[in-house]
Amino acid sequence: MNILRLFKSSPASAPIARERLQILLAHERSMRGQPDLLIRLREEILAVVSRHVVLDPDKVVVRMDRGKNVSTLEVDIELPNGCEEKLAATG
Amino acid sequence: MGKVLVVTSGKGGVGKTTSTAAIGAALAQSGQRVVVVDFDVGLRNLDLVMGAERRVVFDLINVVQGIAKLPQALIRDKRLENLWLLPASQTRDKDALTEDGVGRVVGELRELYDWVVCDSPAGIERGATLAMRFADEAVIVTNPEVSSVRDSDRIIGMLDSKTVKAEKGERVEKHILITRYDAARAARGEMLGIEDVLEILATPLLGIIPESKDVLKASNVGSPVTLNNPGSEPAQAYLEATRRLLGETLAMKVPAARRGLMNRLLGRRAA
Repeated sequence: MNILRLFKSSPASAPIARERLQILLAHERSMRGQPDLLIRLREEILAVVSRHVVLDPDKVVVRMDRGKNVSTLEVDIELPNGCEEKLAATG
Repeated sequence: MGKVLVVTSGKGGVGKTTSTAAIGAALAQSGQRVVVVDFDVGLRNLDLVMGAERRVVFDLINVVQGIAKLPQALIRDKRLENLWLLPASQTRDKDALTEDGVGRVVGELRELYDWVVCDSPAGIERGATLAMRFADEAVIVTNPEVSSVRDSDRIIGMLDSKTVKAEKGERVEKHILITRYDAARAARGEMLGIEDVLEILATPLLGIIPESKDVLKASNVGSPVTLNNPGSEPAQAYLEATRRLLGETLAMKVPAARRGLMNRLLGRRAA
């Protein structure tokens, strides 16, 4: 098996490296010089939600996952118990 | 008025210090008055690669803080009389560098030398930003490998925005120096090729330094490779890159892959 492998050339990995770099750098260059998008999103989402619900700022997680075709924005806000009543009362 | 050249990369271990020593020596070998300045405060190594580690008395921080005068800190090379070293401090940290202080020292060096070659520390923190801050030209040392290319791209962005020249609306002249290039692996498609790196970084090429035992041998004995073994492949590549820095137009030699015994037996080409 090992002897056979000696004669078989492995597929080239450099084209994969090249493609990954091109996709990544196109994105990084577009973001350069801008304040961090996620930090801004987190602050604004926090401001909107806390207008209606009392929440702990440390329990707000904003995460972004970039795919090749689609990116997802995940917002995870942990609400303390009893906040629904407060919601009903205010709104 | 001398030129300020920063040797930078973002990523560590790609060959900044080796390249600073080799290019600095090559410039001096061609008759230029040269000072190489180590900006890697706390982790100085240029003195070691230049073979001057036992002659360091004062350093860049001492001069920046006014504790020593510039001539007290400059070390003259033992092999080339027009090559000098300004070492970094080994004990202090990079916060001891101030922009005003570095600007003053670089300004003084510009008056005294044709070339002020600044060896940047890795990273994008204070030491690296100050090393590039006053540069007229930049050599971006890049290995044909994804993390190095990514970091080079980041550094190019900083050279275009965070330098004095960029802030004045001028351009720092940028050159890519590809180091540790392994022609055989590139030919097999295992390593990014020269064209790949240049296309991605969209910056002109200064030279290609092949992966070579001579580079390690030179640093072992504390001598820039262009002085230690001028006929070797990496030394020739550095000497040619330096001639391009000085304005010559030379055809680029891409290191060729040597054929191994197995491939010769099998009649394979340039594996």
